[in-house]
Amino acid sequence: MSGGRDRGPDRGRRRGHSLHAFRAILAKDLRVELRTLQSVPAMALFGVTTFVLFRYGLDRTKLSGGLAAGVLLATVLFAAILAINRLFVAERDEGGFDAIRLAPVDGTALGGAKAAALIVYLVVLEAITLPVFALFFLDSWAGLAPVAGVLALADVGLAATGVLVSAIAANSRARDLLVPLVLLPLLIPVMIAAANAAEPLLAAQGPAYGGIGKWVGVLALYDMTFIAVGFAVYDFLLED
Amino acid sequence: MPELASVQRKIEPTTSTAPLAVSVRGLWREFGEVPALRDVALTLHGGETLSVLGPNGAGKTTLLRVLASLLRPTAGEVSVLGCPLPRESWRARGRIGYLGHEPLLYRDLSGAENLRFAAQLHGLQGDATGRIAELLDLVRMSRRADELVRNLSAGMVQRLAVCRALLHQPELLLLDEPRSHLDPEAAALVEPLIGPSPERARVLVTHEIDAGLADADRVLALRAGGAVAYEGLASGLSAGDARAIYGGAP
Repeated sequence: MSGGRDRGPDRGRRRGHSLHAFRAILAKDLRVELRTLQSVPAMALFGVTTFVLFRYGLDRTKLSGGLAAGVLLATVLFAAILAINRLFVAERDEGGFDAIRLAPVDGTALGGAKAAALIVYLVVLEAITLPVFALFFLDSWAGLAPVAGVLALADVGLAATGVLVSAIAANSRARDLLVPLVLLPLLIPVMIAAANAAEPLLAAQGPAYGGIGKWVGVLALYDMTFIAVGFAVYDFLLED
Repeated sequence: MPELASVQRKIEPTTSTAPLAVSVRGLWREFGEVPALRDVALTLHGGETLSVLGPNGAGKTTLLRVLASLLRPTAGEVSVLGCPLPRESWRARGRIGYLGHEPLLYRDLSGAENLRFAAQLHGLQGDATGRIAELLDLVRMSRRADELVRNLSAGMVQRLAVCRALLHQPELLLLDEPRSHLDPEAAALVEPLIGPSPERARVLVTHEIDAGLADADRVLALRAGGAVAYEGLASGLSAGDARAIYGGAP
């Protein structure tokens, strides 16, 4: 890597700086999003519009089980891509990459902060769209709380993978095409595991918990794998 | 008009005894197959100023970005503040102030927010507020500090960029046409901040030949294509010879 792997006290000092940098970048991203409303409103609009289309366009007043889980997760996935495409726009267009590389911080601080910001966006998206989904399609809201837990695990996987792909694509001219092209296949395991975990929770006769442990375990394993991959490569991705 | 032959590559030893701030030997940087810098060598000691002259496409900005550790050399040895690059980039980074063509400021943050963000990245905590206020005052941006950068003029943004580059009190300043966008009054305001100082070395990329030579202890003149035309003491290169490197334009 260009930046070099420092050891000993330097490594510790760098880590300390990187924690400050993580907080600073996350706060900066959330402040800019609050100020400009560039990502979350578009995500929420996409999510609600999709549900409206299902409800009124396809005349589906009830969804349950696998179909309900599929509609919900596909909506979250495509809404997430809207935000993932925009994650590094300011860094690329306004010199943020250079500003961060000129400071004595790990690239991991940037990747971690971007992932945390994306998780915040997804949680806000789900806080808006999940009640709409329940209102339009569910008889019982009893499964919503555990479904929210499954979504939280899926969010971590989406964020860890999304930031990685978005950082790789950031300097490509075809980035809008590259992100979904690379990201969607990588996210298939998350979507399968989350849908299988959510399916019994959205059953027509009320939530059932049998068998979801395996899929929650798969989600957690996926999350940990991509968090570890991110830690290993963010520093390299930032460099020339 | 001097002949080009009179400004052939000429490496002269420095007279300074201060520690080396920059040492470059055999530096090549290529973009794809195209070399932007060819076999560049230079030395710069603490407290000295190196002016980098050359026409468009001579690799001046590329050189600055290599020294800032933003670009890795294709070949050659580069050491900045005693840190070999790119191996020990991190040890040098917090000690370099870089003022390039881009201000490196977020347009949807205010000037003050940008400077606080930069201070956090550099690990400046308690003393950052006072330092930010002092710098904003020196460039007369205190009253506009809370406005979004996107609403400021190019000159005001450049003044904020000067503050950003100086915030962490760097030991080496890398300046790429620092007076661009600045009117004479603003240029005079920032001059004491980015001008020569015994406490830091400077690498100054400029097209203002006379000012560049007057400011400099050493000069690096690059030809279009990135080859070295001259590297040595500023007193060894006349303004006329420097102009010849630009293709003879008076």
